[in-house]
Amino acid sequence: MSRFQPKKKNILPGISTASLPDIVFMLLFFFMVATRLKDNQLKVTISLPQGTEIKKLEKKSLVSFIYVGEPRIQYQKLMGTEPVIQLNDAFSSIDDIQRFIEIERKSHNEKEIPLLTTSLKVDSHCRMGIVTDIKQELRRCNALKINYSCRKRTK
Amino acid sequence: MLREVPEIPSASIADIAFILLLFFIIATTMDTDSGIARRLPPLQPEQEMVKQPQIKERNVFVVLLNKDDQLLVENKPLNINQLRETTKEFIENPYNNEKLPEKEVIDVPFLGKYMVSKGVLSLQNDRGTTFGAYLEVQNELVAAYNELRDELAIRKFGKRFDNLDYEKQEAIKKIYPQKISEAEPKNIGGK
Repeated sequence: MSRFQPKKKNILPGISTASLPDIVFMLLFFFMVATRLKDNQLKVTISLPQGTEIKKLEKKSLVSFIYVGEPRIQYQKLMGTEPVIQLNDAFSSIDDIQRFIEIERKSHNEKEIPLLTTSLKVDSHCRMGIVTDIKQELRRCNALKINYSCRKRTK
Repeated sequence: MLREVPEIPSASIADIAFILLLFFIIATTMDTDSGIARRLPPLQPEQEMVKQPQIKERNVFVVLLNKDDQLLVENKPLNINQLRETTKEFIENPYNNEKLPEKEVIDVPFLGKYMVSKGVLSLQNDRGTTFGAYLEVQNELVAAYNELRDELAIRKFGKRFDNLDYEKQEAIKKIYPQKISEAEPKNIGGK
């Protein structure tokens, strides 16, 4: 019966990899579009509190961050374990905030200054004392738009 | 004379793309930042501090938060789960209770004359309160306003507050203005 059919070799043909670059490029573009570059290296540990009435921070460029929390373990010899403030990449004291806001304002257009938002990323176990001091300092330099960073509550 | 150009080998394109892909996976994050937006009151010059408008006691909803994160609302201890309902009842004052805030009639676009409560929420915390508890209370107070606005929006316009257009949102904001004032924190807990 099988006289007319040539004998098939029993080897599977290799899977073509010609489309592999396309697949990888597609993934690449997805990641380029959907993510953004990591900002500051955190030197403090922050576990954000949770809330339900949260709003997304729009316009990333108009937001500056103030981090408050316990120093990470490798910095605890230097800084102790009490909550500290981190501005940009460095540990800071409360007096540095005015300068921080000043610099932030200089790097923006004059029209954008009232839109500048300060986002407070504060550890949920942190005491309010330090937060109050920060708020007072922000009022002093008239940076009134603030945002308490928190996560969406998941039930 | 046309010489045949040899084709560039494309076998390594995948590798190059993989390297790029890995770079983007490592160097970027996906989480979007979100939080509760608040506005700080502007710092007042010293001499103006004296002549602040007097607000009647019945119009103020006092929320105190102590160093052990315990709530005292209108002189009664309260569980955080009940705060939202209690706040809503205070702002709305549905039965015109004499102890709850006064109302005044305001002309609102789209909605005509409307009874608007004069209630103000006042939040005071201790320097020893944890930030988590403070934010939870803030969240509940904002949530009370948001729920009232949503309810009114659905009743009047059949849509949620967030989906209304700007003018209608402003009208509803006139009826439920977010009045949350924060007093200077006390320092009883030490630290």
